[in-house]
Amino acid sequence: MSEIQNYTLNFGPQHPAAHGVLRLVLELDGEVIQRADPHVGLLHRGTEKLAESRIYNQSIGYMDRLDYVSMMCNEHAYCMTIEKLLAIEVPERAQYIRVMFDEITRILNHLMWLGTHALDVGAMTMFLYCFREREDLMDAYEAVSGARMHASYYRPGGVYRDLPDSMPQYEASQWHTQEEVDEQNKNRQGSLLDFLKDFTERFNGYVDEYETLLTDNRIWKQRTVDIGCVTADEAKDLSFTGPMIRASGVAWDLRKMEPYEVYDQLEFDIPVGTNGDSYDRYVVRIEEMRQSNHIISQCIDWLQKNPGAVMHDDHKITMPHRVDMKQDMEGLIHHFKHFTEGYGVPEGEAYCAVEHPKGEFGTYIVSDGANKPYRLKIRAPGFAHLAAINFLTEGHMLADVVTVIGTLDIVFGEIDR
Amino acid sequence: MSQYYSGLSDKVNTALASIETVQSVVAHGELTIEVSKENLVQICQTLRDHKELAFDTLVDACGVDYSTYEGSKIHHARYASVYHLLSVANNHRIRVRTWLDDDFPMVDSVVSIWNGANWFEREAFDMFGILYSGHPDLRRLLTDYGFIGHPLRKDFPMVGQVEMRYDANKQRVIYEPVTIEERINIPRIVRDDNRYAERLVTAKTEEDSQGDRA
Repeated sequence: MSEIQNYTLNFGPQHPAAHGVLRLVLELDGEVIQRADPHVGLLHRGTEKLAESRIYNQSIGYMDRLDYVSMMCNEHAYCMTIEKLLAIEVPERAQYIRVMFDEITRILNHLMWLGTHALDVGAMTMFLYCFREREDLMDAYEAVSGARMHASYYRPGGVYRDLPDSMPQYEASQWHTQEEVDEQNKNRQGSLLDFLKDFTERFNGYVDEYETLLTDNRIWKQRTVDIGCVTADEAKDLSFTGPMIRASGVAWDLRKMEPYEVYDQLEFDIPVGTNGDSYDRYVVRIEEMRQSNHIISQCIDWLQKNPGAVMHDDHKITMPHRVDMKQDMEGLIHHFKHFTEGYGVPEGEAYCAVEHPKGEFGTYIVSDGANKPYRLKIRAPGFAHLAAINFLTEGHMLADVVTVIGTLDIVFGEIDR
Repeated sequence: MSQYYSGLSDKVNTALASIETVQSVVAHGELTIEVSKENLVQICQTLRDHKELAFDTLVDACGVDYSTYEGSKIHHARYASVYHLLSVANNHRIRVRTWLDDDFPMVDSVVSIWNGANWFEREAFDMFGILYSGHPDLRRLLTDYGFIGHPLRKDFPMVGQVEMRYDANKQRVIYEPVTIEERINIPRIVRDDNRYAERLVTAKTEEDSQGDRA
C-alpha cells in the first residue's frame, strides 16, 4: 500500500469563518489537523509606532480601532495607564460612567461573539437576535459620544462629557409612519439612563431566548462539547486570560482581583467553567452577560442619585470648560496649550490592565517626560489566545477549527494592532 | 500597594540571591527588576517555581528601543527586553527587564518556561530585531512577507520605506520607495517644569500610608 502523505490547506484570509483576516495554513492527515500555523498581520497598522509620534490624547481614537467590537474598554486601559503616570484620581461619577460603559461594551462584545460563533457553527438565527440587542446599546454609545462605534469618550482624567438628558428620536419618513415611529420612540422619552434602565429590565429575557436556542441544543452541544479543551495549568502557561481561563475553572477576574474604578463597590459574580471546552466558554460568556446587566443596573441607580463632575479639575491635563475658554484668560491658555502641545507625562513607566471582554487588555507606557509616549505596548488578550490555536486544534477535525476560532473570540484589530 | 510590593521585592531578592543580585524599583505600585541577560532563563525559572512568588503566567513580553530616550533615567544599552509576569495563584505582578547589546541584541528565549511567550517573542523579533536564542520558530509575525527592517526601532521612519501598488503593465503588485513625506504637526517636547512634582509626591506618600493592599 502506498504511503499517504499529509497535505496542506490554506484557510483564509478571506474566509467568512476566519473572523476578519486570519490566514491559517493547516496541515491535514485526512480530515484531522496535524498542525495549524496562523499567519497574522494582514491588519497591521502600526498603532504602537503611530502613538509614539502623537500627543497622548490623539491616540485615544486609535484605541477604539484596536478591538473594534469593544471600543471603550480599550480606551479605558490606555487612559488608566496615563492616569497612573500622572497620579490623578478620576471623579467618582466618571468612574461609575466608565464602569457602566465597560459593561455595556462587554455585552456588545459578547453579543457579537455569540452571533458570529453560532453563525459559524450553523445557527443562523442567533446572529439576527444578537444584532437586535446590539442596536440599543449602540444607540447608548451614540447618545453619549456621537459615534456608534468609535466613541473616543474616555479621557485621561474622566470622560469627555456627562450623560445626556434626552435620547435622539426617530422621525417619520416615507418608509415609517408616525405610529410606527411613536412605537419606536416609546422608551426614548426620558434620559439615557432611563433608556438603559429599560434595556436592563428587558435584557435578561433576551438572554433566556438565546439560551433556549442553544444551551440544550443537541447540535450545538455536538459541535462545542469537548472541542478545544484547556486545563487550568495549560491556560496559565499559554497566557490565557478572561473567559478563556475562567472556563478552565480558574476564578481569575481583574474586576475582583485588582479592582479598578468602582468595581469593589458593586455586586457581581464571576462565573467559572469546569471542563475548559468550547461549551464551557459559551456558558461562561452567557452568564457574564447577565452579570454585566446586573452591574449596569447598579450603576444606573447610583448615577441617577449622584450628579457631579465627570472630569478632573486640573486643566493642565484635562480640557477646560468651553465657557471658561471663551471668558477666562487662563482657560484660553489651557485650551491653546492642549491643542498645540498637549500635556507632558512625568518620566516613568507603568502597566495598567482592565478586564476587557476578551481577557486582560493592558497598555504599557514608557514615558521620558515628553508630551508623547516614548513607547506604547498594547497587550491584547486575543493575541495570546490565537497563539495557542495550534495547541487547541491539534488532533481535531477540520470543521472543529471553525468552532475553535469562534470560541477564542478573536478580533484582528487587536491582534495585528 | 507600594508596601506590599516592597515586601515582594525583598522576597524576590532573597529568592534570586544565589543567582545574582538584582536591581529592583517599586514605582506606581509596580515592581520592576533588572536582570542580566545571561541569567534571564534561570531567574525566570526561579520566579515561576518559587512557592511564594509563583509567577505562573507571562502576561506580556516586548522590546523597547531606548536610543532617543530624553529622560534622566539611565539606560544601560539601546535595547531592552521587558517581561510582565503575573501570579494567578498569589495575585501579584512583576516586571523583568534585561538589557541587550546594541549591535547584536540577543537573549535566551523563555518559551521553555512559559509557552505563551512564543508569539510575544516573535513579535519583538519582528518589531525590534531582538533575537531570542532557543526559540522554536523565530519567524516574522506581523509584517508583510519579505519585509525588510524592524519597524519599531527608532531609526525606522514612520512612513515606512516602501509603498505598494498594482502595476497594470506587469499585471502584479509592485513595491516602490515611499513618495510621501513624514509630517510632524506637534513636535515632541520635554518640559522641565515641575507642575506634577507636588502631586506625585503626595500620591506617593498617600500610597505608602495606605498600608497593605485590601
